Amino acid sequence: MSILKGKGEKIIEGSIKVVGLFSVLLVVLILGYIIFKGIPSISWEFLSQAPKDGMRAGGIFPAIVGSIYLTLGTIVVSVPFGILTGVYLVEYSKDNWIRRTINLTIVNLAGIPSVIYGLFGMAFFVIYLGMGASIMAGSLTLGIMCLPVIITATRESLLAIPNHLREASLALGATKWETTWKIVLPAASPGILTGVILSISRATGETAPIMFTVAAFYLPFLPESIWDQAMTLPYHLYVIATQVPNMPKANMDGTLFVLVAITVGFNLLGAYVRTKFNKQR
Amino acid sequence: MRNNELRLEVKNFNFYYGEFQALKDITMDFHKNKVTALIGPSGCGKSTFLRSVNRMNDLIDISKYEGEIKLDGDDIFSKKYDIVELRKKVGMVFQKPNPFPKTIYENIVYGPKLHGEKDKKILDEIVEESLKAVALWDEVKDKLHSSALGLSGGQQQRLCIARAIAVKPEILLMDEPTSALDPISTAKIEELIRELEKDYTIIIVTHNMQQAARISTYTGFFFQGIVEEFDKTEKIFTNPNNKKTEDYITGKFG
Repeated sequence: MSILKGKGEKIIEGSIKVVGLFSVLLVVLILGYIIFKGIPSISWEFLSQAPKDGMRAGGIFPAIVGSIYLTLGTIVVSVPFGILTGVYLVEYSKDNWIRRTINLTIVNLAGIPSVIYGLFGMAFFVIYLGMGASIMAGSLTLGIMCLPVIITATRESLLAIPNHLREASLALGATKWETTWKIVLPAASPGILTGVILSISRATGETAPIMFTVAAFYLPFLPESIWDQAMTLPYHLYVIATQVPNMPKANMDGTLFVLVAITVGFNLLGAYVRTKFNKQR
Repeated sequence: MRNNELRLEVKNFNFYYGEFQALKDITMDFHKNKVTALIGPSGCGKSTFLRSVNRMNDLIDISKYEGEIKLDGDDIFSKKYDIVELRKKVGMVFQKPNPFPKTIYENIVYGPKLHGEKDKKILDEIVEESLKAVALWDEVKDKLHSSALGLSGGQQQRLCIARAIAVKPEILLMDEPTSALDPISTAKIEELIRELEKDYTIIIVTHNMQQAARISTYTGFFFQGIVEEFDKTEKIFTNPNNKKTEDYITGKFG
């Protein structure tokens, strides 16, 4: 190695390496435990049937479907709003009080604990707007919770796009919106997508914001509309881990595995789309 | 049109960034199918002038202008003048090659598609024509659908010129198009400019005096926001009227 590297330098390099490897080790341990413990509990019956015998037997099908509905609902609420807000901040707004207020609000929203979102959702959507505990109310609550990350990711990705690309497009006779839609957003999409995936997969695993707004303790049938309550994986896990006496551990391990598989799967899908986008450039 | 030979007329044009007056009382006529070079020291207003012609300066909030610029007899600052239409007629090539992070093909068809061309066959033709016009066709015809960012700097700049002429403009504005390129690429672009002169009216900003002398028919010398001298290139470089012009082109300042 380099002769400039003294002993101190080597110690620092070594320590940083250990810290880096440690974080990998943690992830491997947690995921390994979940996979190792969870796989034996997975069966077609477990995935495709409703819980029975006071949730001690049967499957988790309604919770899987509920979580998927809720995730889709969260995407519908937060992605267009978040991206358009980011676009407004970077491409359209001037440096005025509106922009500064939005920026300040985002910072504040990002710092609010998730249980507060849950209480707000219950007070505002469930009770005040009379939506009742429903997929609608839950999606809106989770959607709002996702906004700060999506807006920030969009804003930073757009700011990183060099101005000469915008000028090239405008000089060809494109309007501002055409330039934003066809040039700037595609170029910024990897960064935006990362923000979207991070926040949505976090939302999928959240318990606090949904326990007051959508989650059902036990529901043997599937929700029929966005105005219905639904079981969800994280809340189901919370319930069977804390509220049901004599719960078989295998059932919990299996539920945990499915929840993690869905969020990790979602992240992997995002990573795949990202690399595909990157290759096109 | 009063005069077939005239394409762009600039009369008593003033331009301000906030309080600062960047262009003072510019009056110039640009001739059809001729290359006009704009020279002058940095910060003299050449680029500002160029960016006024396709109204790129509109992007700057604090910009302000007076006077008129007429394209084929129509005032481009009039409320009735559609800015999209203007930029279709007045193409621009920038200092740094700036292809879109898309394929070579998509870079070329971007403009024509914006202006409503959907026919795949016609788009294919436009791609071939434009790339041939900039002598890039043979180099890229087998990789039209790979990323434009994989091309060399000189190829990228020729692609940007091809992209500009794909919308069939009347005027091409070039803002130091070779300043980021090596001498060989520069020579290719210069050769290209002389070719394009047959079909386009070209206004080129350059810091390279030899380049101005080599490729232009007319030359304008800008100094501190004023056009000090505007004449045939030959005249400017051999027998300038103005002492400042002479000092500049002989390298006494700049």
